[in-house]
Amino acid sequence: MPAEEVEVAINSDQDIVLARQRGRAMAIELGFSSGDGTLIATAISELARNIVSYARKGQIKLKGIQGSSRIGILVIASDEGPGISDIRQALRDGFSTSGSLGLGLPGVRRLMDEFEISSQSGRGTTVKVKKWRQ
Amino acid sequence: MEVPILKQGEFLIATFQAALSDADLKSLRIGLVQQVVRFRSRAVIVDVTAMDVMDSFASRTLREIAQMIRLRGAETVIVGIQPEVAFAMVQLGLTLEGVATALDLEEGLAYLNEKFKTTN
Repeated sequence: MPAEEVEVAINSDQDIVLARQRGRAMAIELGFSSGDGTLIATAISELARNIVSYARKGQIKLKGIQGSSRIGILVIASDEGPGISDIRQALRDGFSTSGSLGLGLPGVRRLMDEFEISSQSGRGTTVKVKKWRQ
Repeated sequence: MEVPILKQGEFLIATFQAALSDADLKSLRIGLVQQVVRFRSRAVIVDVTAMDVMDSFASRTLREIAQMIRLRGAETVIVGIQPEVAFAMVQLGLTLEGVATALDLEEGLAYLNEKFKTTN
């Protein structure tokens, strides 16, 4: 399993493309199927887009992880933006404060196996998601 | 990144690349409509076969492109959405409602030829 951790700084929409390409590459390297690679890349794209839209900058960290009997990928999207004041609302489909389709968070949760979010108003947001290899 | 737009009779064919950024998609939105005006095209086929990710922004932009082209009196057909991309889109709750889709370029052309009964 590749032990290295990849970090992609997210400062512009170009970085969204870079982050999802890195994510797919790491997923394939970890032995994920191409289909799962697409799901992971799509989730990263949404998370990176939230950073650009709401916080302007932040980072995406990617890491191969070893569970008790399985291998997975961990994606951490973090920023020091305005934060989310009502996380429960943000996790509902169709909720958005930027005029987009929504934060995409409910979708990201469906694309991945594990989903964890912490956010503090005015301090930023961190979203951690994992997907396990089938 | 430049998106090649091919003129095929009364239709335009735009082939999207894998790594289109938001800025690329935005400039395409207006560029495609301008081409439709310039060539008096009746339809646009957007080939997304190479796109490995269709996230919320990309699908919203595609929908907007189709709506603008419709206002111009022409039609848009999206072709080549890969199975895993379709799966991810459904998981994200993304739809391309009101936009015609076809399996691939060939099917898209067949659909339009039937619709317009032309001999492209």
